[in-house]
Amino acid sequence: MIIHDREQTRFEDHSDACLDVPLNKLAMEAAGNKLMVNTVAAGAALGLIGYEFTCLESVLQKEFARAGDKVVADNTKAALAGFDFARQHRGGQQLKPIAGAPRRMLLNGNESLSLGMLAGGCRFVAGYPMTPSSSILEYIAGKSTRYGVVMVHAEDEIAAINMAVGAGYTGVRSMVATSGGGFALMVEGLALAGMTETPVVVVLGQRPGPATGLPTRTEQGELWFALHAGHGEFPRAVLAPATVAEAFVIAVKALNLAEKYQTPVIILTDHHLASSYNTLPRFDLKKVKVERGALLSDEEVSKPTDYRRYEVTDSGISPRALPGQGRALVVADSDEHDEAGHIIEDAATRIHMNEKRLRKARGLKAEISTPLVKRKQKAELNLIGWGSSYGAIHEAVGLLHEEGIAANHIHLSEIWPFPTEAVARALGNKARNIVIESNASAQMAMLIRRETGIKVSGSILRYDGRPISPKYILDNLKKEVS
Amino acid sequence: MSKVTLEDYAESMPIAWCPGCGNFGILEAFRRATVELQLEPERILLVSGIGQAPKLPHYTHANVFNGLHGRAIPEAIGARLANSELTVIVIDGDGGAYGEGLNHTLAAIRRNIRMTYMVHNNQVYGLTKGQASPTSDSGFVTKTTPMGAGQPLNPLALALASDISFLARGFAGDIDHLSGILQMAISHRGFALVDILQPCVSFNRVNTFQWYRERIYKLDEDKSYDPADKMKAFDKAQEWGERIPIGLLYRQERPVYEEQFHALEKLPLVKQKINPLDYGALLDEFT
Repeated sequence: MIIHDREQTRFEDHSDACLDVPLNKLAMEAAGNKLMVNTVAAGAALGLIGYEFTCLESVLQKEFARAGDKVVADNTKAALAGFDFARQHRGGQQLKPIAGAPRRMLLNGNESLSLGMLAGGCRFVAGYPMTPSSSILEYIAGKSTRYGVVMVHAEDEIAAINMAVGAGYTGVRSMVATSGGGFALMVEGLALAGMTETPVVVVLGQRPGPATGLPTRTEQGELWFALHAGHGEFPRAVLAPATVAEAFVIAVKALNLAEKYQTPVIILTDHHLASSYNTLPRFDLKKVKVERGALLSDEEVSKPTDYRRYEVTDSGISPRALPGQGRALVVADSDEHDEAGHIIEDAATRIHMNEKRLRKARGLKAEISTPLVKRKQKAELNLIGWGSSYGAIHEAVGLLHEEGIAANHIHLSEIWPFPTEAVARALGNKARNIVIESNASAQMAMLIRRETGIKVSGSILRYDGRPISPKYILDNLKKEVS
Repeated sequence: MSKVTLEDYAESMPIAWCPGCGNFGILEAFRRATVELQLEPERILLVSGIGQAPKLPHYTHANVFNGLHGRAIPEAIGARLANSELTVIVIDGDGGAYGEGLNHTLAAIRRNIRMTYMVHNNQVYGLTKGQASPTSDSGFVTKTTPMGAGQPLNPLALALASDISFLARGFAGDIDHLSGILQMAISHRGFALVDILQPCVSFNRVNTFQWYRERIYKLDEDKSYDPADKMKAFDKAQEWGERIPIGLLYRQERPVYEEQFHALEKLPLVKQKINPLDYGALLDEFT
């Protein structure tokens, strides 16, 4: 449902899903202050769903108490004006709380991701404020006292990633959250995590670039950046939650993969997912599994040892001792090093260590979930998306169905190591494949071509900073077909 | 518990420093300090960046994180906050500490996190073979500064201006004196910066051992010098050229960064158990 003020906007949609409310006029009449249009709109929203007005009244009281009685009274009048208007013009519905229904959570992508980080055992967070990821830092900082987390507001993003790597080396699950510009500064530290085999999770909340770009808008323009950031070669995982609910699950998975494979994991979100609210069933904490990988026990490191931090193994994963855990000395190095962690120059050791690190990608690949595939009968059209466009594509598939067009929905939320075979299978060789993404250069379509050899039939791209909507998909699909 | 000896810190790695390098004296002073303080190698974490000085951790026996050029301080901060039982010592050169990583150095001084920062200051880039550093004397001609280096940075004055809680200067040519300073620094509750005058025998033919010996004097030999007097320390920080002071310049007590974090009150982060079921009340805040 869209509430709009025709006098103030050029909005031309006349469907039943829209209600024209003279927001400005009502605000002026009720409170003599056009700043109160938002309060009028909130009242109208409540009127539309037929909820009790007292609910909003108490919220306004609480919210504006600090500003004084007059502000509370004016806001209440403004809200009531909107409420009454909506009741009179579209007052058919009456919603009431369902007795005994389970309480659901109301939260956005960043909150869901932060909860996943906390429940998954992340204890060290560092960052430098940057939209759209600042709210992750703020939320976790707010919970740090009660839940035993350290959140450092660092002097810059370079410090943030290096602090997180330092904490990761010491054995604490650690994370940084930033956006593209901040991630650009973190790239050297990302490679450090790769070389020193240190677990670290990077949340990259995308917004339109390059440079400062459109700071408060959304885009999926950093897929290739996330895949290739860092000098030299090292394994990584790139995960892109599709929904608010999945952000929680993927946060936990990212922490687990980082520790199991002792390498950086990037969570690719965007402004759209970060700030979108969903109502969801309460998360099930019993499903949160903390997998810390090859950590040596206190017993194993209690004796004086000639511990080798980078012992060469078949999986490429070397059992980890933590500094200060016992008598084992833990030597980590950003220079190429031998098994003991000391700097080397010889070719044979370089080859061994390079191959050992890259071998970890094999195990990592097996951990990556196959894409979600929702098939419709006899559909020969595949709509392919990744990350936050899930909801829009899902809805577009439903709308197409109503028009008699069958389309499958294929969605990736775990992108690297690329699930090559599963994607190739899902795309098939007869279907018309259309990739939908929020960037101008069709980055996922290119990645699919590179990894599977499949050239998709076309792309629907959006790069104006606005989230992809079902209508945007349908309009462009028609252009694509015609 | 057995006594810690110099043997405990012996490492078999071949040393790649030039013969006669000032770093040898610093390594010796460091080992003596840790033995004097009876610090067990497994309780120490040495963090270093990239340069000739930051190779020091490879030549001693301890936990080591040899990170990026100029980023040793943030790496050490992460480690220290994750495990506040570790004695953290950061080893850097003037390039890492005062050039590439200056922002981190100043931020660490302001935070006053407990660690020792040993800066081997040879006024030149040794690893990359002889370019000017932020502390090179004005007019110092190198391949990247053929017209001569510009105005040098004054790290001591900068540290004082940032309200540092422990500031000292040592000399690589006086091992006993330097070892004493390092012991004080490691024992200090807060951030301790030890700027170490380190002659570079290959690339700095101006600031040699002899050059320093003719100029340095010890502050601790002047009974009237009070290291709690910040303005006096500021005066001493300006002295360079004819006479160069070494020793403890300034010391004060200031709240330590780690104390800000309630999460660290009972146990180091690394020892806290992870239990997802502890977060039920957080979920309820969203219902």
